[in-house]
Amino acid sequence: MSVKDEIKISFPASSENECFARTAVSAFISRLDPHIDELADIRTAVSEAVTNAVVHAYRERGGMVYITVKIIRDRTVCIHIRDKGCGIEDIEQAMTPLFTTAHNEERSGLGFAVMESFMDSLSVRSKKGKGTCVCMKKKLQEKEITDGFS
Amino acid sequence: MVSFSHENRNLTAGLSGDIDHHNATAMRRLIDLEIKQHLPSEITLDFGDVTFMDSSGIGLILGRCRLMKEIGGKVKIRNTSEQIRKVIKLSGVDRITEVE
Repeated sequence: MSVKDEIKISFPASSENECFARTAVSAFISRLDPHIDELADIRTAVSEAVTNAVVHAYRERGGMVYITVKIIRDRTVCIHIRDKGCGIEDIEQAMTPLFTTAHNEERSGLGFAVMESFMDSLSVRSKKGKGTCVCMKKKLQEKEITDGFS
Repeated sequence: MVSFSHENRNLTAGLSGDIDHHNATAMRRLIDLEIKQHLPSEITLDFGDVTFMDSSGIGLILGRCRLMKEIGGKVKIRNTSEQIRKVIKLSGVDRITEVE
């Protein structure tokens, strides 16, 4: 795995920063000139993971969110989103579509389903009381080579 | 964020901007207030000016479906972008409400 480029950002886990996070990640990835749909998929997946940190990991009481984005040479984007919140007791249950612990917030329980569906791979590591790390990867399509005259 | 128009007993809520966890709460409150004031028989959620939506938007749609069911009305969805349709399709919301 040859890393071509990498950024690390950290920010307080507030709902205002959900937009900042997806915008920052998509701005970094834009240098690869991804297809608009690929960028939309990544923005959505990042938004879901950061929202999970804000709503579930820190229960909206604050903390920090840490994001690392790596661009691998074969146009694979690797995104780690980590928190030091309450952790997930049962990852399998948390990843079940429609499962949510925040019913009064009208959460749909689809966060992990969206991440899984919109990215090529998703893995979740978590320890109760220590935090959670979500790792997502997506390989961007090769850029079309044009002769410059078309 | 949300603009409203009425025609007979049909209410249209024009949503705009990003629908994420941060913005969805305020949008929900505004829509619910309008529904409770006017008791429409149908609400159309118009996504024409929505620039982004994650699964928070699904919570918003499902919550309004519940509220409209309570008053004997229904929810319609229109002007969705490809990205929004993808989230809606994944959720299955398109099976319980009309997507134009």
